Amino acid sequence: MIRKTVADARTALEGVRNGMTLMLGGFGLCGIPENAIAELVRLGVKDLTCISNNAGVDEFGLGLLLQHRQVKKMISSYVGENDEFERQMLSGELEVELTPQGTLAEKCRAAQAGIPAFFTPAGYGTEVAEGKETREFHGKMHVMERAFEADFSFVKAWKGDEAGNLIFKGTARNFNPVMCGAARLTVAEVEELVPVGSLDPNQVHIPGIFVQRIFQGTNYEKRIEQRTVRPRP
Amino acid sequence: MLDKNGIAKRIAQEVKDGYYVNLGIGIPTLVANFVRNDIEVEFQSENGVLGMGPFPWEGEEDPDLINAGKQTITTLPGASFFDSALSFSMIRGRHVDLTILGAMEVAENGDIANWKIPGKMVKGMGGAMDLVSSADNIIVAMMHTNREGESKLLKRCSLPLTGVGCVKKIVTNLAVLEVTGDGFRLLERAPGVSVEAIQEATEGRLSVPASVPEMKL
Repeated sequence: MIRKTVADARTALEGVRNGMTLMLGGFGLCGIPENAIAELVRLGVKDLTCISNNAGVDEFGLGLLLQHRQVKKMISSYVGENDEFERQMLSGELEVELTPQGTLAEKCRAAQAGIPAFFTPAGYGTEVAEGKETREFHGKMHVMERAFEADFSFVKAWKGDEAGNLIFKGTARNFNPVMCGAARLTVAEVEELVPVGSLDPNQVHIPGIFVQRIFQGTNYEKRIEQRTVRPRP
Repeated sequence: MLDKNGIAKRIAQEVKDGYYVNLGIGIPTLVANFVRNDIEVEFQSENGVLGMGPFPWEGEEDPDLINAGKQTITTLPGASFFDSALSFSMIRGRHVDLTILGAMEVAENGDIANWKIPGKMVKGMGGAMDLVSSADNIIVAMMHTNREGESKLLKRCSLPLTGVGCVKKIVTNLAVLEVTGDGFRLLERAPGVSVEAIQEATEGRLSVPASVPEMKL
C-alpha cells in the first residue's frame, strides 16, 4: 500500500503558486472541495485559472476566490447563479472560457486518460467552435477539443482510505471522479478518512493511483443552493 | 393561451412508455408533474442521476442530492448515480430518448439560442450544447413572444447559437409547431387561440394546414 495521507488542507496544498491552473470538482455547491477552497483563500494565491463547472454563489464555494480577486480566468459551463461572476465577466475584469458541460467533463477525462484531443458534435456552428478544427464523421460535423492541462486537481469525496481510494455520494460525484489524475497533482478531501482495508474494493469509484494526497476535511457546511420541498400532506 | 404549466402538460403527452428523458431548467422541469403514471419513464439529470423522483418532503433535503437546476430532489427505486463524463456519454451516445429544453429564440431552420445575450446576460450553456447537438428528439418549451410582444420564432436567430438545425418540435403558450425543411409548420392551437394570432406572433416562415386542431389537454 502506498500511503497518500497528509495532515490537513495546509499540507495538502503545498506547492500551489500564483498563476497556476487548478481543477475543482463540484456542481453548483454540491460536492465542492470546501477545505481546499478555504485554504486557497487563506494562501491568497492570485492569477489563478480555475476549471470548474460553476463558480459557486457570491459568498460561498468558488465565489469566495472571485470575491478576493484571486481568479484571472474561469473555465466553466454555467455561471447563472453568481452575480459577482457575471459582473466581473461583463466588465472584462475576469477572463471566461465558457465550455459545454459534456465537453468540459470530457476534457477532464481525456487529461486523466492521456488522450490529447477528441471530436464532439457539441458547439458545432456556434461561437464555441470558433478557431477550432472541425471534421465530418458519419455525415455529421464535429469540433476538435483538447484535453485540459492543469497543475492541481482538488476533489471532494464522501469516503476515502489512506491509499487514496475514493467513494462518492449521490450527485456530489459529478466532476470529482473525472478530475482525479487529470492534473499533475490530485488532492482529495473526504468527509471520512478510513484505514486501508475498510473499503470494499468492489465499491471503490476511483482507485488511489489517481490521487497523490488525501486528507480528512473538517467543518463541512454543504450548503443547499435551491431548497425545494413538497409540503407534508 | 397556455401558462407555463399548460405548456408542460402538453409536452408531457410527447413522453412515451420506456423513454429516458432529460429535462432542462424552467418549464421543462414542470413536465415531470404531468407525465401519465401508467407508463414507465426515467428522468436523467445531467449532473449525474438517472431515476429522479419528486422534490423531498420538508426536512428530508439532502445537500448531496440535487438536479441540474441545483434543486434538492429524491430518487426512485432503480435510480443510479454517475460522474459527469458518463452522464454525457448517455447524452452524446444518444442513449437518452427525449430532450426537453427552453429557448430564448428558435429559427425556422431549427437553430436554437438560449445561453447568452451579448453585453447583457451570460448564463452559460451548461449541458445545452451537448444535448441539442446529439439528441434525435428535441422539444423546445418556450413563450411564443417576448415581453414586448416580439416573436421568438424567427427567420434567423439574432442571439449567439446553442445549436444549428437541431430543433424538431416546439410547444409554446400559443401553439404546437414542428420544424420542417420548409420552415415552421403549425400542428395545434392552444385553447382559444386563432390561427391568425399564431401567424401574427410568428416571424419565421409558417405553413398552416387546412385544418389546425385545438390541443387536447
